[in-house]
Amino acid sequence: MTLDAVFLSRLQWAWVIVWHILLPAFTVGLASYIAVLEGLYFFTGREMWFRISGFWTKIFAVSFGMGVVSGIIMPFQFGTNWSRFTDATADVLSPMMAYEGLMAFFLESTFLGVLLFGRRLVPAWAHFFAGLMVAFGTLLSSFWILSTNSWMQTPAGYKLVDGRFEPVDWLAIVFNPSFPYRLLHNVTAFYITTAFVVMGVGAWLLRRDRAVEDSRMMIRMALNLLIILIPLQIVIGDLHGLNTLEHQPAKIAAMEGLYDTAQPMPLTLFGIPDDEAATMRYPIEIPNLGSLILTHSWDGAVKGLKEWPANERAPVALPFFSFRIMVGIGFVMLFIAVAGQILQLRGRLWDSIWFLRLCPWAAPLGFIAVIAGWVVTEVGRQPWTVYGLMRTADSVSPSLTGADVALSLAFYIVVYLIMFPTGIAFMAGLVRRGPQPQAASERVESGLPSGPFKGATRTASDS
Amino acid sequence: MALDLVPVWTTLLALAVFHYVVFDGFDLGVGILHGFVPENARAIVMNSVAPIWNGNATWLVFGGLGLLAAFPLAFVLIMLLALVFRGVAFEFRFRNPELRRFCVRAFFYGSAIATFAQGVVLGTFIQGFKVDGRHFTGTSFDWVTPFALLTGIALMFGYSLLGASWLILKTEGDLQRWARRAGRVCLIAVLVAIVAVSIWTPISNAEIARRWFTWPDIAFLAPVPIITALIAAGEWYALTRQQELTPFLGAVGLFSMSFIGIAISLWPMIVPFHYTLWQAASSASTQAFLLIGTLFLLPVILMYTAWSYWVFRGKVHGEVGYH
Ligand code: HDD
Ligand code: HEM
Ligand code: HEM
Repeated sequence: MTLDAVFLSRLQWAWVIVWHILLPAFTVGLASYIAVLEGLYFFTGREMWFRISGFWTKIFAVSFGMGVVSGIIMPFQFGTNWSRFTDATADVLSPMMAYEGLMAFFLESTFLGVLLFGRRLVPAWAHFFAGLMVAFGTLLSSFWILSTNSWMQTPAGYKLVDGRFEPVDWLAIVFNPSFPYRLLHNVTAFYITTAFVVMGVGAWLLRRDRAVEDSRMMIRMALNLLIILIPLQIVIGDLHGLNTLEHQPAKIAAMEGLYDTAQPMPLTLFGIPDDEAATMRYPIEIPNLGSLILTHSWDGAVKGLKEWPANERAPVALPFFSFRIMVGIGFVMLFIAVAGQILQLRGRLWDSIWFLRLCPWAAPLGFIAVIAGWVVTEVGRQPWTVYGLMRTADSVSPSLTGADVALSLAFYIVVYLIMFPTGIAFMAGLVRRGPQPQAASERVESGLPSGPFKGATRTASDS
Repeated sequence: MALDLVPVWTTLLALAVFHYVVFDGFDLGVGILHGFVPENARAIVMNSVAPIWNGNATWLVFGGLGLLAAFPLAFVLIMLLALVFRGVAFEFRFRNPELRRFCVRAFFYGSAIATFAQGVVLGTFIQGFKVDGRHFTGTSFDWVTPFALLTGIALMFGYSLLGASWLILKTEGDLQRWARRAGRVCLIAVLVAIVAVSIWTPISNAEIARRWFTWPDIAFLAPVPIITALIAAGEWYALTRQQELTPFLGAVGLFSMSFIGIAISLWPMIVPFHYTLWQAASSASTQAFLLIGTLFLLPVILMYTAWSYWVFRGKVHGEVGYH
């Protein structure tokens, strides 16, 4: 492993995308939540919905801004670091990303302006509509970018001409085999992630006796969503895995740490993978369970990594451990949601200090699971960028030197280490301030608010 | 399939880039001026762009992705050249208005650096860069040339001129008077830069010189400096009188003349002096697939963008708002 342009470019991509994915994971869910709150306010006129929506909209604005900041540099890297990949795949992939821009980014950023600053300048229905459009935009964004990524995992609808991919069937390209699963699994993950944050914030406020009515409502809404979505996510995850087994069997072998083809296959709960010797050390296994999960039969056969030449195997450790982290978190989340529901049904939710104390600690779980899941997906795909067709090592820009990338990577590391903590601290300030009573009916005759973020920044600054 | 979509995409992308330059240009310009306005006017200056800058910046994403989709080879080569876009990444972090309280000057520095970086990329692009086959072969420091540094600084004044005329439109009283003065300073600088670039380009680049001074190109080109001079005069007039909208239109006019000048100089090259638009184009199927949706979506986008400008119309006041 030398510090060449390939390795450093991968590192750089991983660094920026892992930060970027945190924001969609939050904003996709939050945008939908805000749209629901705006809808409830529009139809019922209850002040409470207005307060909760206003509270989360300010937080949304900050995270959306960070999403844009970290997102804009993503496509440009295709040109700077991955030019051979881009040259080969552009005819297929680029219109999908351009559609993301056209359908989603304009919609989000334009209507966000209205959502944030237009409360008093547009009629109530138009404000609700703006909320809907922002939410819709984030979902469209997920649709197109996940389709793009899925095509790299399970390419379809193309023909290869002189090492470049030419489109043949657009429907097959967009709806490639792994896309429906990936889209469902991700959007569900985003909603779950957001629900845990909402619940954590609600519990934190409640423990401090702040905005009691509002925070109780936040917790209840989150719990009711979670009890449906978490079991659903586990089922989708299982189906996603079966799809992967069909189309990317080598990835499954890496995820399961399976070097030798096995029939029946045990489920390895834990172990230390050793790629060099191609064996799992100190395994803790449950016999037959692997076959049961992956083939839905008691003694189905699952191919091990040794079926592939050594230069077509993914490194095992990262996908193996990340997968266990993701699934583990899935079950922890299930426990929390079920416990919360039981407390709620018994009417003891607001007295269960332990539960309210647990919730803020559970707030980051979704983010960790999302990153772990993506590491499984992307590292498990190695050594390919387009699965089975184009190698990562052949994707990098030829003129790049290790020093070039080292410089830009260092730059991104510094900038992100300033930007993200700043943004997070800022959002934490907004949370600490809690939902504010505001006179909803008060309207401004003309002009703009003197400080659009004045409300948002009052505690964060000294003024 | 027989239909040649390259001219359509060329037009669409040219319009998208121009739209970006004008719209993000004025809010980057406002950002630069923000560093110079009197302390008490800063909030108003910021608010004049806060609700719309995000949508404006999106045109850059669209321009980039559209270029990638329609002319991938050009995208790959130009983006490599744009390693200076590191600077742009910088901008989008620091220009985030939500975070401005943490660093008041950030809005200024972010805007200034981003603008400078764009100008440098433009200069390097016009000069041409090292390409071997389908690959860029220059180094990441090829952009450090006097010409590119000149275009970088020129663009800062250009965007500031747009920004000043936007402020004239959105403000009144002392601040508006201040913006008129700033606009005049920028206009002079912009004109100096235009003249310098126009002399420098043909001298340093034989290919462009040949185009400019041979028939029939010279016939297309000749009106450009004349119209530019007329617009410049009008702009000066507008900046000194009570006009509110005309300065903005004049600034846009100056930008469109520069844009046309560049287009005439380079046409039909998209990677200057290596690849034409047709050589860099993506497959016909790719261009068609994207065009269908674009033709439906662009009018819709323009409509709701216009609506959002309508919502935030009128002068920005310091007093009204959340109290
Ligand atoms: C809240 C987040 C979350 C939770 C609780 C789970 N997942 Fe997940 N998982 C993701 C969030 C996620 C993700 C981040 O969204 C990934 C990354 C790439 C993708 O498509 O979705 C993912 C990928 C992913 C993959 C990789 C597919 C591929 O790369 O081809 C599999 C097999 C599973 N998941 C299976 C599961 C199972 C069996 C779960 C049961 C507990 C589970 N996931 C819970
Ligand atoms: C948003 C969630 C995503 C995450 C968290 C993610 C994560 C990663 C990681 C960790 C790597 C490094 C793999 C390694 O070094 O072994 C990687 C590589 C890569 N990913 Fe993704 N990725 C995501 C989505 C995408 C999407 C949507 C695309 C395409 C549009 C994409 C394209 C690539 C490319 C080109 C590489 C470089 C080649 C490679 O090392 O595999 N990724 N990604
Ligand atoms: C699973 C993967 C991804 C998802 C679901 C996703 C989703 C989103 C969403 C919802 C936004 C809007 C901003 C926000 O709400 O925070 C956004 C911003 C952005 N993303 Fe991603 N993204 C992913 C990965 C990528 C990748 C790989 C790229 C690069 C090709 C990319 C490029 C961008 C750009 C350019 C923006 C800013 C656009 C703007 O609003 O101006 N994203 N992304």
